[in-house]
Amino acid sequence: MNEPQLQPQTSAWSMYRAIVGIGVFCALIIVIVYQSTAARIADNQARFLAAAISEVLPATQSTIPVNISDDGRLQTVDESPALPVFLAYDESNILVGAVITGQGMGYQDNIRVLYAYSFDIDAITGFKILESKETPGLGDRVEIEPHFLANFEALDASLNAEGSGLQNPIVTVKQGAKTEPWQIDGITGATITSEALGDILNKSANIWVPVLERDANLIEPAQGVEE
Amino acid sequence: MNDASHWSIFLNAALVNNFVLAYFLGICPFFGVSSRLETAVRMGGAVSFVMLVASVCAFAINLLLDFVNAPFLRIISYILVISSTVQLVEMLMKKLSPATFRAMGIYLPLITTNCAILGLALFQTNRGYDFTQSVVYSLGAGIGFALALVLMAGVREKLDLNDVPDLVKGTAAALIVAGILSMGFMGFAGLGR
Amino acid sequence: MARKQVTTTDEFVKGLWRDNPVFVQVLGMCPALAVSNTAMNALAMGLATTFVLLMSGLSVSLLRNLIPREARIVCYICIIATFVTSVDYLIMALSLELHRALGAFIALIVVNCLILGRAEAFASKHNPGRALLDGLGMGVGFTLALLFIGVVREILGSGSIFGFSVFPDTFQTWTIMVLPSGGFFAMALWLLIVNWLKKRKEEAEKLTTEVLT
Repeated sequence: MNEPQLQPQTSAWSMYRAIVGIGVFCALIIVIVYQSTAARIADNQARFLAAAISEVLPATQSTIPVNISDDGRLQTVDESPALPVFLAYDESNILVGAVITGQGMGYQDNIRVLYAYSFDIDAITGFKILESKETPGLGDRVEIEPHFLANFEALDASLNAEGSGLQNPIVTVKQGAKTEPWQIDGITGATITSEALGDILNKSANIWVPVLERDANLIEPAQGVEE
Repeated sequence: MNDASHWSIFLNAALVNNFVLAYFLGICPFFGVSSRLETAVRMGGAVSFVMLVASVCAFAINLLLDFVNAPFLRIISYILVISSTVQLVEMLMKKLSPATFRAMGIYLPLITTNCAILGLALFQTNRGYDFTQSVVYSLGAGIGFALALVLMAGVREKLDLNDVPDLVKGTAAALIVAGILSMGFMGFAGLGR
Repeated sequence: MARKQVTTTDEFVKGLWRDNPVFVQVLGMCPALAVSNTAMNALAMGLATTFVLLMSGLSVSLLRNLIPREARIVCYICIIATFVTSVDYLIMALSLELHRALGAFIALIVVNCLILGRAEAFASKHNPGRALLDGLGMGVGFTLALLFIGVVREILGSGSIFGFSVFPDTFQTWTIMVLPSGGFFAMALWLLIVNWLKKRKEEAEKLTTEVLT
């Protein structure tokens, strides 16, 4: 090449100028993109969540996001946490159920689910997978297989006598071996994913159902957010 | 926020969802360094160390970013920290073991572009691991990466001594071996649940 | 180096075949294998990478006189990370579903050796126009390579292409092809084909030179 062997050392000033210049350039671009897409992204996420809630609990007209306070009581929140939980009301502001997000490790990666709990029959009545990276054709059959989805029409989640946890833990059994209303009939060939979902629902229900049963009626429906 | 047990996180990262063979992270050095057992072991060690440090740093940065509410700076801050960590490891290695440093050659600075390290940082953030979970995760990932690298090197060394058709020699053969190794690792599915 | 007139079209075309990033330079394999289990994901990833290649190549070229030699890698990484962050948010705004499918691999574009390699080897030494063409060519070559792998994996592993079934229901899908192993095998297959074609071309050229002498 025709460049001289000894190149003059870049002066401290031009180094400083360059780093700051590049820094400002990058920061500007990131902030512009972030600001201009933020509204659209929030909108997308809200619409997706609203659609999912309507799917698992069709009677929902408005929802109130809630979470568990430090002393174990149900309380309303302004901002939805990463795993949102909602109380759902119909158009007459009557409590129709709760919609809960759960997550846990599947076969490939995290699975995130949304399920509806009905106070009337003490059972899970709706179920939808929000996020999953399970194997296409195998693990992802949990999203479409009819006999699996039928599990969640009335999956028993009744509380024990003290109200501290589920009477019978939700558990996944082999395909065709379901005998009790709190069991999930698994999918052969997608054992790990089916069992993971059973675990996720069990853990999540054990945390939320006791608190919801005890405190849900104490929350004022008038503060509800329109769907 | 993530209630997976430490043991299952470790096993998952090392075997079930091995970073190289299941997530395709760290492929460049995987194919570049795995032709000799010795360099493979050294690379595995270096990457494991960088993974551990990067994991801790990523956890700290994430706390900071949550505090100032600037999630859009995540990618840029992670990658800058990883580059600095690699520089640090390079300097340490030069001082403590010059022979190893020379043997590693170009591959040491290449760890910066090793997707496995950034991937580790991003996965642990997405899954909401707390501090001890992150450390265990990075240990498992590092060991898994080193394991895959060493296995690959062992097979490739043997393969080099054999009569491989010209067309398949080199990267194509390595890819096929990797595919078979990946299938083998699928046998670990369900471990640690 | 031979004194060849490098036309502007050549800057673009070389990335498609002769210097194809995935099959010839063997760069940027991580995403090539990870997200190519369906043709749609492969296409999206390829386009996202092309965007980052283009924008960062352009930026590096525009700023090439400002970036000091000693700190150039750090500067390139900053610039690339900026555009990767941008494309991440753009995809999220465009389609949450697509973003979820690609996952962390969008962010991983920043460590795609291809982009850093092009910034260092080309964009920092040429004017913006050529850098743009080079980035475009490499990006399209990369996207095509990803598509080849993705299409093979989707057809064999799911019996469909871009979601449309191509086989009757009785087709037993080769599920292994959508699993990680399939990525390795599909890539090996294409690499073999590319090598074979190159070898044939070399032998044909050797034959013509022998005949002429």
